[in-house]
Amino acid sequence: MTTISIDNTSRWFGNVVAVNDVTMTIGPGVTGLLGPNGAGKSTLINMMGGFLAPSGGTVTLDGATIWRNESVYRQIGVVPEREAMYDFLTGREFVVANAELHGLGAKEAQKALATVEMEYAQDRKISTYSKGMRQRVKMASALVHEPSVLLLDEPFNGMDPRQRMQLMDLLRRMGAEGRTVLFSSHILEEVEQLASHIEVIVAGRHAASGDFRRIRRLMTDRPHRYLVRSSDDRALAAALIADPSTAGIEVDRAEGALRIQAVDFGRFTELLPKVAREHSIRLLTVSPSDESLESVFSYLVAA
Amino acid sequence: MYDPTVARLTYRAVLGRRRAAILFVLPGLLLLIAAAVRGFNGADDQVAADVLGGFAVATMVPLIGVIAGTGSIGPEIDDGSIVYLLAKPVKRPTIIFTKLIVAIAVTMAFSAVPTFIAGFILNGNGQQIAVAFTVAALVASIAYSALFLLLGTVSRHAVVIGLVYALVWETLFGSLVPGARTLSVQQWSLSLAEKIGGEGLIGSDVGLPTAVALLAGVTVAATWYAGQKLRVLKLAGEE
Repeated sequence: MTTISIDNTSRWFGNVVAVNDVTMTIGPGVTGLLGPNGAGKSTLINMMGGFLAPSGGTVTLDGATIWRNESVYRQIGVVPEREAMYDFLTGREFVVANAELHGLGAKEAQKALATVEMEYAQDRKISTYSKGMRQRVKMASALVHEPSVLLLDEPFNGMDPRQRMQLMDLLRRMGAEGRTVLFSSHILEEVEQLASHIEVIVAGRHAASGDFRRIRRLMTDRPHRYLVRSSDDRALAAALIADPSTAGIEVDRAEGALRIQAVDFGRFTELLPKVAREHSIRLLTVSPSDESLESVFSYLVAA
Repeated sequence: MYDPTVARLTYRAVLGRRRAAILFVLPGLLLLIAAAVRGFNGADDQVAADVLGGFAVATMVPLIGVIAGTGSIGPEIDDGSIVYLLAKPVKRPTIIFTKLIVAIAVTMAFSAVPTFIAGFILNGNGQQIAVAFTVAALVASIAYSALFLLLGTVSRHAVVIGLVYALVWETLFGSLVPGARTLSVQQWSLSLAEKIGGEGLIGSDVGLPTAVALLAGVTVAATWYAGQKLRVLKLAGEE
């Protein structure tokens, strides 16, 4: 059982605070580190991977400080976000080199390549690989010493749906084996599909932690705002406000549209087309006006 | 202290890049000049010393040192691929020491060997000129590799700074400003050549004991410091 502990950890770059007094514990199983772009996820992962010193606080692996401690890499496998690898090598040469640096050999490398299903292209130069193939070879290089902790920074970026499913299966399997798997993502659905436990980071702060269902509820139960244009805005407004799923409607005359605040997301999305059909109103525009990830997260921070 | 896997990756990185073409062009040019000078001028000890001192040791060795020294670590730090070396239970000073050995081997192979051959072409090693400058190229290879490896570790502009040092400091200031010569790898290495070559053919402004102490000191200090810098190398460039 291997645990990464982050205690009152901050990291700043000049005047910019990237990680602000974060405390969390990452234990066995799959944990998703969720947050919008630029929230500090990579900074946090870099500190857990020993590539960045915390400006304040401590980051430890089973009690041992990670920064400036090469021996932690016997237990940690890292899948970095950056694309750069040794492109002039073949996939096999690259994974074998990674195995050798752990004091292992070709046998372990071959096993890791088989795990990520890259044997078919292992003798091609990495420079010829697609993004998904690179990602899998990166995975193989991190798995070669069967680490008890696996850190992955945005591992699903650039993967097609099939590759995404494969990687998710693999990570799930590793979590089930009792390994500590931490991956970062800015996509809620990705995290929800894979992680049983979620840590949310917003603007460098630890915004939420725990079971994904609770966080999902926090995210979906917030008021949703829509901008709607129709053939008869006022009739539509009157019909919608009669239902409890709608909390408020504003007639925006400048925009020529309705601004609707819905409280029950599921019910409202079913209600709107039904009401329109019953009153023979044509819907011209239905657009969520606060669906950006940042607004979802900022709501979460306030909750 | 020496890791064969790190060495293999470094050799392929240094010799596989487009910049590596310079490693072949410069020695080729030296041999061409040597053959031309011999052909037009015949064998002349002073001319041989001038060609080897003026082009081989003053220009070619530092340039190849820049390519091999910075090239053995700079590009990996720039593109972030060094993370695959750092995320291993391998001591960081081991990584630096191994890369230094590779840089030295490449610099020696591409500068000292052609210097030796060019010396033979120029005057058939008369007055030990070829051997003297080869020894100078060998020791300079060690010091340049250590210096430029350190430069590649601390700066993203290592090649430019290295070129400025090699061309402006070593070549220009080294020949114009007397004080600058004391702080010149070229002069240190020439001080060894001076002892080997025929009387009065090779000159250095630095005494042999000082030169040897400085060569060793710079090499050891640069390597140690590069190892320390790699231990605290930060890879989070994006956020």
